[in-house]
Amino acid sequence: MAHGKESKVLKKNEYGFVEDPRYKECEKEAWYGIILGVVSLVIWAVAGYGLGSGPVEEYSYIMGFPAWFFISCIANSIFAIGATIYIVKNKMRDMPLDPMTKEEAEAYVQNGGETR
Amino acid sequence: MNTVQWSTLLPIVCYFAIMYLIGFYALELVNKASLLKGGSGAAFMEEYMTGGRRTGGFVLAMTLVATYLSAGSFIGGPGTAYTHGLAWVFLAMSQIPTGYYTLMVLGKKFAIVSRKTGANSISDFLRARYESNAVLIIASVSIIFFLIAAMAAQLIGASRLLQGSTGLEYKTALIFFAITVVVHTAVGGFRGVVFNDTLQGIVMTVSTSALFIAIVMQGGGIAKIVQDMKAINPGMISPYGVREGFMTVPWVSSFWVLVGFAIIGLPAVAQRAMSYKDSKSLHSGIIYGTIVSLVLLMGMHLAGAFGVTQVAGIKSGDLVIPTLITNLFNPVVAGIILAGPLAAVMSTVDSQLLVVVAAIVNDLLVNYIKPELKANFKKLRSITIVTCCIVGAIVVGLAFDPPELMVWLNLFATAGQLSTFLWPTILGLYWKDANAPGAIAGMVTGIGTYLYFHYFLARPLAMHPIVPSLALSLVAFIVVAKMTKKPSEKVIRLFWEL
Repeated sequence: MAHGKESKVLKKNEYGFVEDPRYKECEKEAWYGIILGVVSLVIWAVAGYGLGSGPVEEYSYIMGFPAWFFISCIANSIFAIGATIYIVKNKMRDMPLDPMTKEEAEAYVQNGGETR
Repeated sequence: MNTVQWSTLLPIVCYFAIMYLIGFYALELVNKASLLKGGSGAAFMEEYMTGGRRTGGFVLAMTLVATYLSAGSFIGGPGTAYTHGLAWVFLAMSQIPTGYYTLMVLGKKFAIVSRKTGANSISDFLRARYESNAVLIIASVSIIFFLIAAMAAQLIGASRLLQGSTGLEYKTALIFFAITVVVHTAVGGFRGVVFNDTLQGIVMTVSTSALFIAIVMQGGGIAKIVQDMKAINPGMISPYGVREGFMTVPWVSSFWVLVGFAIIGLPAVAQRAMSYKDSKSLHSGIIYGTIVSLVLLMGMHLAGAFGVTQVAGIKSGDLVIPTLITNLFNPVVAGIILAGPLAAVMSTVDSQLLVVVAAIVNDLLVNYIKPELKANFKKLRSITIVTCCIVGAIVVGLAFDPPELMVWLNLFATAGQLSTFLWPTILGLYWKDANAPGAIAGMVTGIGTYLYFHYFLARPLAMHPIVPSLALSLVAFIVVAKMTKKPSEKVIRLFWEL
């Protein structure tokens, strides 16, 4: 695979070999997971401690739950479900998982492996 | 309760019988598939340990969620929520990322790499990546010790639950339960475990929903229950809980690391991320997994917290869920609902058992002691099944009469696994310079500093000890890897080359 003719589509990395072109997409998708995790944490912390730190007597309520709990836990869960559906449907790409030949890799890259 | 409640026990017995059927059905499948692939020991290992990488999306989600959610989320956690109220539900929701995080962060790259290297377990992955006996031995020993302790603790939880709700003797309950788990795991392998996990995931979901709805209806609606909780103690509806200085902000936030972001380091969970069939399975697995895990986590913990307004004065946290179930439902229905928490335990223990067996048979025996077994399908199958039964017997022995050491090991079981596996897995996957000396430094620092913090500073910097110890472990890994030789070009090419 690495020893064949030079490919125009597949570029060599700093070690002098052609890297699996799927990894770029994989790394991008991993970042979506990390970012979504951090967003969940921020919503949880800001709503939970922001609205829940006052005296209990002054709490407001949403659907029977204290507002801090409703937003940080229930709304946050619904947000997480919506966000994963959005990311999976719009941002993640189908790809083969088995080892690829050079031809398959070129076809993968030409079908937009680098974009989208 | 001294007499055995047969009407409650009977549905549970029927449920267990189904587990056996599934196990033997899966055994058939594993045999057929291994023979199709040439009937070698290696083909058997791939079938037995990863189900031949054919897990579909819904099944992937169910097995991931059911493996991850254990006695902690179904018995211990709701029991603590009963005492501390909504604050403990708030803490438990640090597990919001459970369903998507591991699958997205290890992602398709982990699946691609494990196919390139033929890895069937985290240890296989680490062996291929670091080419180091020391890394592998630390990993295998850590798996064997921490997971055996974790399994024993799970069995203790399930047996107490059976004892509390059906009136069986503790030891009878333990043996009854343990044999069911060990047999279906031993004969069915990953395929059997995954089938069972799927069924158990469904049982857990139905049981949780029924319990939650029953508690809300009995209590007169959510708004009334929340006000009743406030009347018992205003702390029950505040994020700081009922006890001053216990649920502080840094400590509660640390759970986002311990049970949120770091669970990638649990080998039984990460192994799920090697087993799926194709990228479509992964995609739907992420969506189903997120929905199911959130319904279960929220439902069970709220049921525990709301339960205080209906059955007051339950002393032991572990008895909250069985007591609520037996109080709210007629005996037969109670038996069906109780299958939920039992399923949570079973689906965790079977996966952990499989990881331990992989560590012993695959990592130590086949690789170091008897490599010729790779060619012999029947012999390897017998050895695997026997090992599974022996490990099961050891776990039952520990749970029978828990020694002091067991309690200690279990406290450390989750954190120990995270300290050992988190960074070697993630850095090995994404960082080309990650090498064996770095991995060893990271593992040793992680386990060492966790022990130190645990014993000498209960809450370092007001946090749970896992946070600083994982941070130090990461630093040690990177610094040592930078100072020592880069990994061989052969490894880099194996992992990164087309």
